[in-house]
Amino acid sequence: MNGAHPLQEKKRKKSIKEISPIDVYKLLPKTNCGECRESNCMAFATRVVNGELTITDCPPLLTNEHHEARTELADLLAPPVRVVTIGKDDHSIAIGGKYVLQRHEFTYHNPPPVAIDVHDLMPEAELLDRVRQIEQFSYNYIGRKLVLNAIAIRSTSHDPSVFRQAVKKIAEISQYPVILCSFDPAVMEAGLSEIPASHPLMYAATRENWKSMAELSLKYHAPLAVFAPNDLSLMRSLTKTLHMSGVSDLVLDPGTFAENGLPDTISNFSLIRTQACRDHDELFGFPILGAPIAVWAGEEISEEVLKWREAITASMLLSRYADLLIMHSLDGWVLLPQLIWRFNLYTDPRKPVSVEAGVKIFGKPDRDSPVLMTTNYALTYFTVESDIKTANLDCYLVVVDTGGISVESAVAGRIFTAESIASSLKAYDIKSLVNHTTLIIPGLAARISGETEDISGWHILVGPKDSSGLLHYIREHWPPEA
Amino acid sequence: MVAQKNHKNQLIHEQLLTLAPQLLELLKGVQQVELENFAMDIGNLELFIPMGRTTDALDTVSNPNKPVKPTQLIPDHFVPHITEYPGKIREVTLGATKSNGGTRGSTITIGGSTAPAFTDFSHPLVHPPAIALDVFDMPVNLPKVLKEHVQEVMGDPAEWARMNVKKFGADIVTIHLMSTDPLIHNTSPAQAAKTVEEILQAVDVPLIIGGCGDPKKDADVFTKVAEMADGERLLLNSVTLDMVEAKTLERVATAARDHGHLVLAFTGLELNNAKELNRRLYEYIPPERIVMDLTTVALGYGLEYSFSIHERARHAALMGDTELAHPVISASTNAWAAREAWMQMAPEYGPRELRGPIWETINAITLLLAGIDIYMMMHPAAVLTLRDIINRLGTTGHVSSDRIDDWVSVRV
Repeated sequence: MNGAHPLQEKKRKKSIKEISPIDVYKLLPKTNCGECRESNCMAFATRVVNGELTITDCPPLLTNEHHEARTELADLLAPPVRVVTIGKDDHSIAIGGKYVLQRHEFTYHNPPPVAIDVHDLMPEAELLDRVRQIEQFSYNYIGRKLVLNAIAIRSTSHDPSVFRQAVKKIAEISQYPVILCSFDPAVMEAGLSEIPASHPLMYAATRENWKSMAELSLKYHAPLAVFAPNDLSLMRSLTKTLHMSGVSDLVLDPGTFAENGLPDTISNFSLIRTQACRDHDELFGFPILGAPIAVWAGEEISEEVLKWREAITASMLLSRYADLLIMHSLDGWVLLPQLIWRFNLYTDPRKPVSVEAGVKIFGKPDRDSPVLMTTNYALTYFTVESDIKTANLDCYLVVVDTGGISVESAVAGRIFTAESIASSLKAYDIKSLVNHTTLIIPGLAARISGETEDISGWHILVGPKDSSGLLHYIREHWPPEA
Repeated sequence: MVAQKNHKNQLIHEQLLTLAPQLLELLKGVQQVELENFAMDIGNLELFIPMGRTTDALDTVSNPNKPVKPTQLIPDHFVPHITEYPGKIREVTLGATKSNGGTRGSTITIGGSTAPAFTDFSHPLVHPPAIALDVFDMPVNLPKVLKEHVQEVMGDPAEWARMNVKKFGADIVTIHLMSTDPLIHNTSPAQAAKTVEEILQAVDVPLIIGGCGDPKKDADVFTKVAEMADGERLLLNSVTLDMVEAKTLERVATAARDHGHLVLAFTGLELNNAKELNRRLYEYIPPERIVMDLTTVALGYGLEYSFSIHERARHAALMGDTELAHPVISASTNAWAAREAWMQMAPEYGPRELRGPIWETINAITLLLAGIDIYMMMHPAAVLTLRDIINRLGTTGHVSSDRIDDWVSVRV
């Protein structure tokens, strides 16, 4: 890091969409050795271009013999937005690394970490409690654990020794990556010297302090945020100057302005990212930092209103190119939508929305166990699956092919119909699995229950509208009365 | 300067490069460019008009062999890269006043975009997105947090519509004729038309007419309503490819055309289907009478598919795909399908009184960035916030001079 890799490349780089498997293949060892577990080098190249594998997955390429090819490949495949790493090696987080402006063009990489703030004048007990809360916040979403990722330590004391103490206390109890926040180089150095090998993100270099901050960044090998509020010319001056000073792990903060400044904020973020991805503008080819926490420095109004504003600002910045967020609210209703939206936005848009239709078996069902039904829309399926598992139900789940459409839409769109239910029951030979002919359909398909009974010949029970009610429902209704 | 994606076309490319400096000279200080006598093939065409020097910023200073650390800030400046697109979203007007054959007190025009929403402020909004609030023609099950705002008017569609306009500031009212569903109350088309008539009398904003989803019954209902409300420029929600299969599309589209209404073309997250449905509709009704519903899915249940489909559709339309150059609607009420919006959860996730409305708000705002032109909404707090954001997002240059870096040292 921080080596002044020349930025002055003349030739326009190919975008990830223009790179073909052949471009990659040409630079591979071409031995078809299979060490990458692909059948041949061409197959490997294809998966690299699709973003499914990286060149480090090819062991021969890592040998000295292929050093030159590896460098060339790394250049070819380098994203227009650099990757910057924050934190100690095994607890580090990567930010940036974006290849495209719009998600559907490829896939967004490196979901933006959410950092929550603490400050150095907090009483010790409060500080430690807040760190614990940050680390413990989690939400189980379709089988994934969504969590917060970093701690931003702010200096409200403006006193180097007070800041150093706070950094020390946090380092003692937490391995989370850290962002040190102060515009005073003396305060910054006090914090850095306490955790010299942790690569915290330094926040931030400005027009006034850039020289000292650049020296600290080099001395402590710490990435550096650049703060140029609503002034993209200044941003360019700073990134250019810092790069010339030898600092190349930069993070851009054009300022997060809420309320009246919101459009300018969205505009600045968009202009930076557009120029990086469409024009390969290297002065803007760095991760962007969003600071929804800034709403707390504005007018004094009720906390609830500020939290509402912070939630809205954060979600907009997630959609508009933020690679890292610093927030203040620890409230679930503020954070939940951010963590879920981040997870969703960073999924691969090329993956199908549906899961395979068929019969899924949960627990150890016997011939008297309930038969449930849902559609093959991935999110519906995973929700039902997670609820069945949480409830420890022994049952069969018939997954009907609705082309990846949810229950409600599939009923409205006449895809999930009495006929399609009857034919699924037949196709998967459900009769052979159980000794009864009672089927529980989703509550959202209630209106077709009568028809389904007529056409399928099965006795239909209308289940809960939401699968979170399944356990309760089964307790009340199963086994059905004769 | 027209640059073709086809890289083999080096010759043209080089000619353009030699022209570039002159073009740039001509364009100095120009904010808008009109192209006269201009025709092009709508294919994979990208139109870039740089509004000045695009810098290869480090050329002048970077010399890796001789690293000299700067002692002064090296000046640089930023010139935004403005993209001009060949396409434009059609403008569609909902509602008709007396002078235009209707009885509405006001009309709402949507669409007209010439660039992706809110990403390029040299292309300000042509028409701000409009907000329609829902009314149901029968008592319905709603999440508790939504119900408490409308409980008193449930079962009285006209009163509900009045409240949406007066109390919650709806630009448009949507009446969902849910009771017409053959599997619910199978209300007759005549009765449905009467409900619509009552709402037309209760409020003077434009209306959206929601059917039950049955392609045959909806056709009967829409045809009847279209006749009754001749000239009102209602938006019929919706026409579908199922209507093609049920052979009812022609009847509905023709009724809409003959009686001066609009249709909402609904498809499920699939642009080829959206284009096909529009092509079918062009046979019967002018394109300026079509709005698209590409499907809005709840946050946590596939909002990302809605987000990307809207970004793709808008980009394709602006690049010249006229079959997608229609304004789009989003039912952000669908956000309430997410259990995180309505369910009681552990205390660390906060009360549903806040989780619900923030869910609908974020659902709406996310798609606002992707280019939505009309919303169908319900929760008053979500409506207020969205309206506030729409008003602000229209113009830049209002950054307050306050020191926003105060967040670093503020004691909260």
